[in-house]
Amino acid sequence: MNQVINFGRRHGLLAYLFLAPALLLLVLFSFWPVLFGAYLTMTDFSLVRPTHWVGLDNYRYIFNNDMFLTGLKNSVLFLLIVPCIQLGAISLAVLVNTQLPGIKFFRAAYYVPVVTTVSVVGIMWGFMFHELGTLNYILLQLHLINTPLGWLSDDAIALFAIMFVSLWRGLGWYMVMYLAALQSIPAEMQEAAILDGANLWQRFWKITVPMLFPTIMVCTIMSVLAALKAYQEVDVLTQGGPMNSTFTALYYAYEQGLKHLKLPRGLAASFVVSLGCIGIALLCLRYLKPRHR
Amino acid sequence: MKKFSYHRLPRTLFQYAILLGLAALCVFPFWWTLVVAVSTQGNIFAFPPSFLPQAVSLDNFIEVFRVIPMLAFYKNSLFITVSTVCWKLLLCALAAYPLSRMRFTGSKLVFGVILATMILPSEVNFLVNFITMTKIGLVNTYTGVILPNLVTAVSILLLKQAFDEVPQDLIDAARVDGANELRIFWNIVLPLIRPWLATVAILTAVEAWNDYIWPSLVISKPEDFPLSAGILYLRGTYGSSTRVIAAGTILTVAPILLAFLFTQRFFMRGMDGAVK
Repeated sequence: MNQVINFGRRHGLLAYLFLAPALLLLVLFSFWPVLFGAYLTMTDFSLVRPTHWVGLDNYRYIFNNDMFLTGLKNSVLFLLIVPCIQLGAISLAVLVNTQLPGIKFFRAAYYVPVVTTVSVVGIMWGFMFHELGTLNYILLQLHLINTPLGWLSDDAIALFAIMFVSLWRGLGWYMVMYLAALQSIPAEMQEAAILDGANLWQRFWKITVPMLFPTIMVCTIMSVLAALKAYQEVDVLTQGGPMNSTFTALYYAYEQGLKHLKLPRGLAASFVVSLGCIGIALLCLRYLKPRHR
Repeated sequence: MKKFSYHRLPRTLFQYAILLGLAALCVFPFWWTLVVAVSTQGNIFAFPPSFLPQAVSLDNFIEVFRVIPMLAFYKNSLFITVSTVCWKLLLCALAAYPLSRMRFTGSKLVFGVILATMILPSEVNFLVNFITMTKIGLVNTYTGVILPNLVTAVSILLLKQAFDEVPQDLIDAARVDGANELRIFWNIVLPLIRPWLATVAILTAVEAWNDYIWPSLVISKPEDFPLSAGILYLRGTYGSSTRVIAAGTILTVAPILLAFLFTQRFFMRGMDGAVK
């Protein structure tokens, strides 16, 4: 025992030596950006001339800017796909949680979109969404539409096309999360319920869903944050067009900050998104606590 | 878990129908891109489209190598991916070890600080990190591309869990034998968590290979781009030759899909760890 305490004392400096490189990088690339970024949003910073304090001007500007407000509205619309993707992912996980021959092949197939580079996703779905592309052909053949739709060129539907791609990319990831959780539910619980005469529906709502609750919470928070931060799909599919209909708040932030080099303005926009993210994450943590523990 | 049985054949068939439909939805864009890439004839956007390739040839793939520096892109991507993986494993394992195995003042605080980075939205970082890179002169270097991605809370957490599972007796025995902490870490504990290191390595490799926003910010010369950014450059520059773009797309995504098919179980394990 004596010896263990001895080790304990010696560990102090050593532990920090082990931790130092990681902590240094985290401070430099995770904390510093937030602190320095917060300061910069109150200035007219640019890389080429002296900086002046401008107070809340940047925030005033973006909240009077139609493009940012459109982006904010679209980002909130993105939140609509969140419940869909969670429900879809849970159902999919239940569907693949069997021992049917070949099920591993299907699990892998659903995960393939997840590991695909987003730039490739953009190019591939560009083909799919083309007015003379495959998607329109299939829908025409099924008589679901009468004329080809301009998936990415019609400002009324382009945003939904992008949402669909987000969903397509994300579904497999959440499926695997839920699958892992499903497989950790003891089989005895389901068996006991079957003996008690519970049907499939009752077992799903009374056993599966409550047992999945911690995972549902984690996944919901993650997908809410991902929805608010929607950027990549917009960038590779439409770049905010047609007629600014697919601008998201974060896309606006990057466009201002990186393309137009209005860094403080872009930062202000991304801070608004970030505050939204933190707020929603905290709300989820507060109200989505598992009720059975 | 249901077992396969012939009594439930209709239901099983129904299940397969749904499974197949969804799989088609997930895989079809890849198939279609491949069809476009290997065909040299026929209208790409013909109605009705032919879902099987016509007049198969590899000309479009050769064309990709001719019009863009594809080999350089591969090399750049490979370099970025390999260095990110190696350094990340080292730094995150080093950080996870004391959090799991040492008692020291401030350990709770340090752990909290690391966890906090998971909630801090990383979206703000790009803009300021770009300024930081400009100031410290790492713009247009791969160090600049790699550095911000080396340490993530998720990797530290996964490795900490792995270290937690190593039996204390082993470590105590080594200490009694007079091994120092670095030696215990490197020669005893690290080899024991090899499967978890593999998981973190695979997840990191996919992320690093696919990353395109940050590299295309830091790197300005197109021939220094990694593949993920280079392929968009191909689309931007040769927007009209759809078949060549399709071929380039297949060449970009093929390595990562092959890697995924051979290492699937590591992805699943990563998820296991993420949920706990």
